[in-house]
Amino acid sequence: MPLLRVQDLAVVFGRRTALRDINFELFAGETLGLVGESGSGKSTLARAVLRLVRPARGRVEFLEQNLLACSPLQMHNIRRDLQIVFQDPLASLNPRMTVGDAIEEPLKIFEPALDAGARTHRVGAMLERVGLAAGMADRYPHEFSGGQCQRIGIARAMILNPKLLICDEPVSALDVSIQGQIVNLLLDLQRDAGMAMLFISHNLAVVKHLSHRVLVIYRGRIVEAASSDRLFDCPAHPYTRALLAAVPALPGADRARGTAPELLETGPPPNIGCGFRHRCPFAVAVCASDVPPLIQIEPGHWAACHLAHELMAKTAILEL
Amino acid sequence: MIPTLQIEALSVGFSQRDAMIQAVDQVSLRVAPGECVGIVGESGSGKTQMFMAAMGLLPSNASATGSVRFEGKEILAVNSALKRVRGSKLTMIFQDPMTSLTPHLQIGTQLAEVLVHHNGASWGEARIMAGRMLDRVQIPESKRRLHEYPYELSGGMRQRVMIAMSLLCRPSLLIADEPTTALDVTVQAQIIELLRAVREEFGMALVLVSHDLSVVAGLAQRINVMYAGRIVESAPAEELFRHPRHPYTAALLKCIPSVSGQRRARLQTLDGQPPRTGEKLEACAFAPRCPRSAERCRIERPQLKAKAASDVACHFPERS
Repeated sequence: MPLLRVQDLAVVFGRRTALRDINFELFAGETLGLVGESGSGKSTLARAVLRLVRPARGRVEFLEQNLLACSPLQMHNIRRDLQIVFQDPLASLNPRMTVGDAIEEPLKIFEPALDAGARTHRVGAMLERVGLAAGMADRYPHEFSGGQCQRIGIARAMILNPKLLICDEPVSALDVSIQGQIVNLLLDLQRDAGMAMLFISHNLAVVKHLSHRVLVIYRGRIVEAASSDRLFDCPAHPYTRALLAAVPALPGADRARGTAPELLETGPPPNIGCGFRHRCPFAVAVCASDVPPLIQIEPGHWAACHLAHELMAKTAILEL
Repeated sequence: MIPTLQIEALSVGFSQRDAMIQAVDQVSLRVAPGECVGIVGESGSGKTQMFMAAMGLLPSNASATGSVRFEGKEILAVNSALKRVRGSKLTMIFQDPMTSLTPHLQIGTQLAEVLVHHNGASWGEARIMAGRMLDRVQIPESKRRLHEYPYELSGGMRQRVMIAMSLLCRPSLLIADEPTTALDVTVQAQIIELLRAVREEFGMALVLVSHDLSVVAGLAQRINVMYAGRIVESAPAEELFRHPRHPYTAALLKCIPSVSGQRRARLQTLDGQPPRTGEKLEACAFAPRCPRSAERCRIERPQLKAKAASDVACHFPERS
């Protein structure tokens, strides 16, 4: 039984459709990476799952309960298992609250039976768990660096032992030397606490380091879904290939495989047919008329491209 | 040969309440004609302030000492000399192309103004030349774009407009400060390609400032690594990547996640935090995080030995 199942989800803002036909499952203890460029709908998807935006259609099932049909009270109770860490570590903490109070607040709400001493103990232990000192609980967010603030954000999200942690670009605002510390912290927490993660990032390398499976999203649709290994070794969708090819490599490092010719940019994005065809170097006639459905091209590997089979076959030949 | 840019013993300080915060500390740098120099450092390392000082763009609470010579002429705090070259022969583009453009003026007007102001061109001529320059930076339908406002362009297109604007007067040096940081990875690759192409075409020198070593890797011939307001290592790009000599450079290279790396593997990290900007340091700024630090590092601050082809500010560098 999946922990989270999203079915036919669509989110509409005014006349703009931000997400459509979103289907995926996330299992307990699993990390699902979500990659895409800015404006592709990654964060909207996270917000729709948390019911921070109202989807126009679809179902979001968490532990077999449809969140979109939940009463406010039911939703309140589910939220303890459904936590999020945001991109901007400082902006997501209340500047007038000590970090101890910020981490303690979820306990006050969801575990009212705990007395103050027990809460303080839990907060101290959590601070240490994320690599800070228990004595730092009395300080304010501005006294911490970006990386430390992100640790505090993670501590606040993890204090209730949620079943699902959504991370929306949690390392994008951090320096390279600090990013790795946060990635390792998330890996350690997952090993010990066993939560599932929905990890959103535009940084493919970071996603690869954390994820079991990856979804690639382009202009509001899932265009490819696969295990992390298959996606990075054998990308099927031209957009995924372009994304991988565009990652700047250090000299001496292997370039990502499946490199694509440079993306074209001919005119405005199309409204009919495949949404990627105006940038796609492989586009053919059918791409202009039909939206490619997300089809399974090998077990566990899905792509929304009319030419996915051919492109995969070509990659296979090139690799021989 | 007169270097295009020669910075000597440049220090930049910010006065805050009663304290003086040292952002750049005695930095020297030389950019030869046509050369591409990369400046890499984390946030707070002083990389941006160094060039803001050179361009005379520091806020009023900042002060700069030392010397900045552009094509042999002193421009630091010499307003007349700076005004003659800034925006024409010496240009700079910034991270956020939205806030770099005036929101209520058409692109064409903003571009033409540069030529009218610096070269005394007529508005009619200037608009035609602006259109041609948009073609050079591969903006499709340049004629129509001239009449558009910044909000009508994507982030990548805006950065292309900024590049076009910086090239109008055929500069001898373009300083690009994090030009791709706000952009998606596929667009980032295109902008880097564009910078490479225009540098060759115009034969200008380029300073590329970034927090991301891999962005600089593809373009820079020489790389300077900054830490806590100083350049700690300077070497030809290839050599720096093959044999980093400063422990900070070596650690930074190791902690960059790679798309060809192992899935769900812990990342190498650099423990600790950089010193707070402006902390007065008698010792090596990196010593608290350095695996090789010894007694001497905590007493005496290591200096660059200047004038050597590759240079490192470390008492115990890795052997080259």
